[in-house]
Amino acid sequence: MRIVPFLISAIGTAGLIVALNTQLPAGGSKTPRLGYFLSPQQGFWQNAEAVNASHNETTTLTGLKGKVDVYMDERLVPHIYAENDVDAYYTQGYLHAKYRLWQMEFQTHVAAGRLSEIVGPDRIDTDKFFRRMGMVYAAEKTMREASKNKDIKAAIEAYAEGVNDYINKLKPEQIPFEYKLLDYKPETWTPEKTYLFLMFMSYDLTARGVTNDLKMTNARNYFGYEDFDQLYTNVQDSLDPIIPKGTAYLPASIKTTIPAGADSLYYRKATNGGTAVAPVVPDKNNGSNNWAVSGSKTQSGRPILANDPHLGLNLPSLWYEVQITTPTHSTYGASFPGSPAVIIGFNDSIAWGVTNAGRDVIDYYDMRFKDSTLEQYWYNGVWNKADVKEEIIKVKGRPDVIDHVAYTAFGPVMYDASYKNESTKGKYLALKWTAHEGGQGLQTFYDLNRAKNFDDYLNAIHKWTCPGQNFVFASKTGDIAIKQQGAFVARWNRQGDFIMPGEDNQYMWQGIIPNEENPMIKNPERGFVSSANQKSTDDTYPYYLGAASDFPVYRGVIINKKLAAMNHITAADIQQMQTDNYNVFAEMARPALMKFVNESLLTADERKYLGILKNWNLRNDIGEQGATVFRAIWDSLETTIWKDEFEKSTMPLPWPDEPVLLDIMLKDSMYYFADNANTPDNTETLTDAVLLAIQKASKTCMILEKKGELAWGKFKDTRVSHLLKIDPLSRLHLPIGGGAHIINATTTTHGPSWRMIVHLTDEVEAYGVYPGGQSGNPGSKFYDNFVDAWATGKYFRILFLKKEAAAKNKQIKWHLTFTNS
Amino acid sequence: MKFLSAIILTALLAFATGLYGILPWWSFAITSFIIAIAIHQKAGKAFLAGFAGLFLLWSILAILIDSANDHILATKVANILPLGGSYWVLILLTAIIGGLVSGLAALTGSYLRQTTKQR
Repeated sequence: MRIVPFLISAIGTAGLIVALNTQLPAGGSKTPRLGYFLSPQQGFWQNAEAVNASHNETTTLTGLKGKVDVYMDERLVPHIYAENDVDAYYTQGYLHAKYRLWQMEFQTHVAAGRLSEIVGPDRIDTDKFFRRMGMVYAAEKTMREASKNKDIKAAIEAYAEGVNDYINKLKPEQIPFEYKLLDYKPETWTPEKTYLFLMFMSYDLTARGVTNDLKMTNARNYFGYEDFDQLYTNVQDSLDPIIPKGTAYLPASIKTTIPAGADSLYYRKATNGGTAVAPVVPDKNNGSNNWAVSGSKTQSGRPILANDPHLGLNLPSLWYEVQITTPTHSTYGASFPGSPAVIIGFNDSIAWGVTNAGRDVIDYYDMRFKDSTLEQYWYNGVWNKADVKEEIIKVKGRPDVIDHVAYTAFGPVMYDASYKNESTKGKYLALKWTAHEGGQGLQTFYDLNRAKNFDDYLNAIHKWTCPGQNFVFASKTGDIAIKQQGAFVARWNRQGDFIMPGEDNQYMWQGIIPNEENPMIKNPERGFVSSANQKSTDDTYPYYLGAASDFPVYRGVIINKKLAAMNHITAADIQQMQTDNYNVFAEMARPALMKFVNESLLTADERKYLGILKNWNLRNDIGEQGATVFRAIWDSLETTIWKDEFEKSTMPLPWPDEPVLLDIMLKDSMYYFADNANTPDNTETLTDAVLLAIQKASKTCMILEKKGELAWGKFKDTRVSHLLKIDPLSRLHLPIGGGAHIINATTTTHGPSWRMIVHLTDEVEAYGVYPGGQSGNPGSKFYDNFVDAWATGKYFRILFLKKEAAAKNKQIKWHLTFTNS
Repeated sequence: MKFLSAIILTALLAFATGLYGILPWWSFAITSFIIAIAIHQKAGKAFLAGFAGLFLLWSILAILIDSANDHILATKVANILPLGGSYWVLILLTAIIGGLVSGLAALTGSYLRQTTKQR
């Protein structure tokens, strides 16, 4: 009988194919379908782009109105020349898709709460989080409002068509690497996804409040308001605000009134025991620098503008460089894959940049619901009907998960009986966020791309609502300016720093500050404008800006100090400044620390590390051991002083910010938190705390030294991570200095995500670099080819070319032609 | 001669089916199976021919792609899988997997031919 071996063999073959065609579990995640993934004609091999591959292309895109020429330079930056604006965005969509498709879709999936759909049940909570924040609701609302402007609607629709033309042209074997790895396929792109992406940026830049407000509420409940206000003080002594001190402001047109009874109900008497903390938190280091110097301070007599937004460092990068030239404008800069137009850049008349305003635009209200159906909530003395939205979360390999989110007069209920953690105990917390209020979306950037002068700039940014930004500006005609713009809530003192009562409208926002009253300065006498996420004004500004902990102090101090001292400035000087590693915080903190050191109590090892600290040049360059020792001692000191006290609370509490502890040390040698709460009989002093910190830190330093990691660069260990956090697709152990409070604000996973310098000479002398590459394909040599230059503080001279020049330029390597027939 | 033509045909037909990304990656199992029926060989030889056809095809394709790519992606994938970052091991794994599926399919084809012949 030969049938038996046949059957065995047939079953064996089929079994092997099935096994190789299935995603198998592997250490918490899943393997790709190995047979498919390894197939040289279909799998990942197809994504291995030849290093000498041509990027030339001649393609018919039926939706185009005219002909589009794209000249691709040696860094793979496209210079788009279109006969009209809509065609330019159509082409931008096509190119974004060609080089960044997976990332565009992934990021919008995250924003829409659709991560489980592609990675499985582990991310259901993340999906719920984003859906409960009302991300999709807000994106849809913004789209409805923004689409009233025909130009914006046409731009975003043309962009979507361009993306889809690329997707439809894509052969199955050409889909990006990550789709093959996770085993799914690209879906159709829609205009809504552009708004979802912009919502993600709103979240990333303004949503620290979703965690902060809860922790702050915990802290107020735990310490009581008086102690709280001392520990989390809103006084910033070293503040050098964006708008110079002493500038006069318009009186407030909105007079805010503190609700009656707030003293007991809001400031002190906690109605709730404790609160939850969100599973996903935007990074606290999301910040940025920007500045512009006027011609009076530059060698050329023309302004120079600089910007470096500090964001999570990821591959593929958030940014994609592009030049867009049409009969109406010619603009160069960093664009967001997922959105048309340039976000940070310059045109042939002006340059602009942004930093995060950091203002609090997100609040919680404590709601009362009739029952767990969430259908009715108590508001202004009556039961109101809530709008309950069903959220269907698709989960890879599992049945759908259904979630219900109630929408109230304030906004969506983020926490309720079905989404909570042990400390919310059935609270209903509604979220109110300016991002839910609609707005004109991309309009500001659309207009900035075309702005010719200061008035155009101002008109453009006045349409911006969320996330609030500091828009810096410089023009060829010599103007410089900065304005903090967004929809900012007119708040009474500390309104929204904690959860607010939500049973009536007493605690409702009382208005949005009119644009005219937002802080601005144009052509100041000092010859420069700047921002580094610090508070925008001094205390004479007539509105409450938000908790001081929202605003880092020190980068602003050092930037203004340097700019004030500099003259005959060149673009090279600005490059040096933008990558500077001087630690002004340590300059202030080191002497404060040394004041409390009693060297006679130290061991030889401890004295050695203290010596390294004393001899340190205050620079966080990669080789500096002093920077590491300083960090270790300061962190140990914070732990010594805060941890024992704060650990007694069962709720998560925020640690007071660094300026608070520094201030305590500068002013006051005794403080009750230095008295270790775990040793009640032994009253300790700051001297003891510093001694303990040095002892602890020395042990850490000794271990680091043995591992050869005492040098700052090794200790900090900066990385640029792939969006899926897969190490082999990331760039690890990058030799770059800097850190928190430093102009070069590069921490382990955060930092300058796009460095740009624009010198507004006739021809525009511009430089840029970002830690990534123009291609999102890990199999391309253009995937991460800017990373090394970025790490070592080098810049690329930007090619900003007229069409005729582009055709002839030696650095232009490829030519893409798009026509409609 | 039979052996060699089986190898070449296996590789050629597998390459042809692979040109259509719409078809599943394992479509070559069917062509290898058919070839083993058409070109009758003993089970062991049929397996070897099927195996060699795909082993050669996939290793040559992978080597060509990989060298043009300066090993950029293969090195990354060889770290993800994990194969110690060696693109050579990854190429070998690729070739063996293709070879095994094809070889088993050919073996099945050979047995089927023997089964029908006996009747």
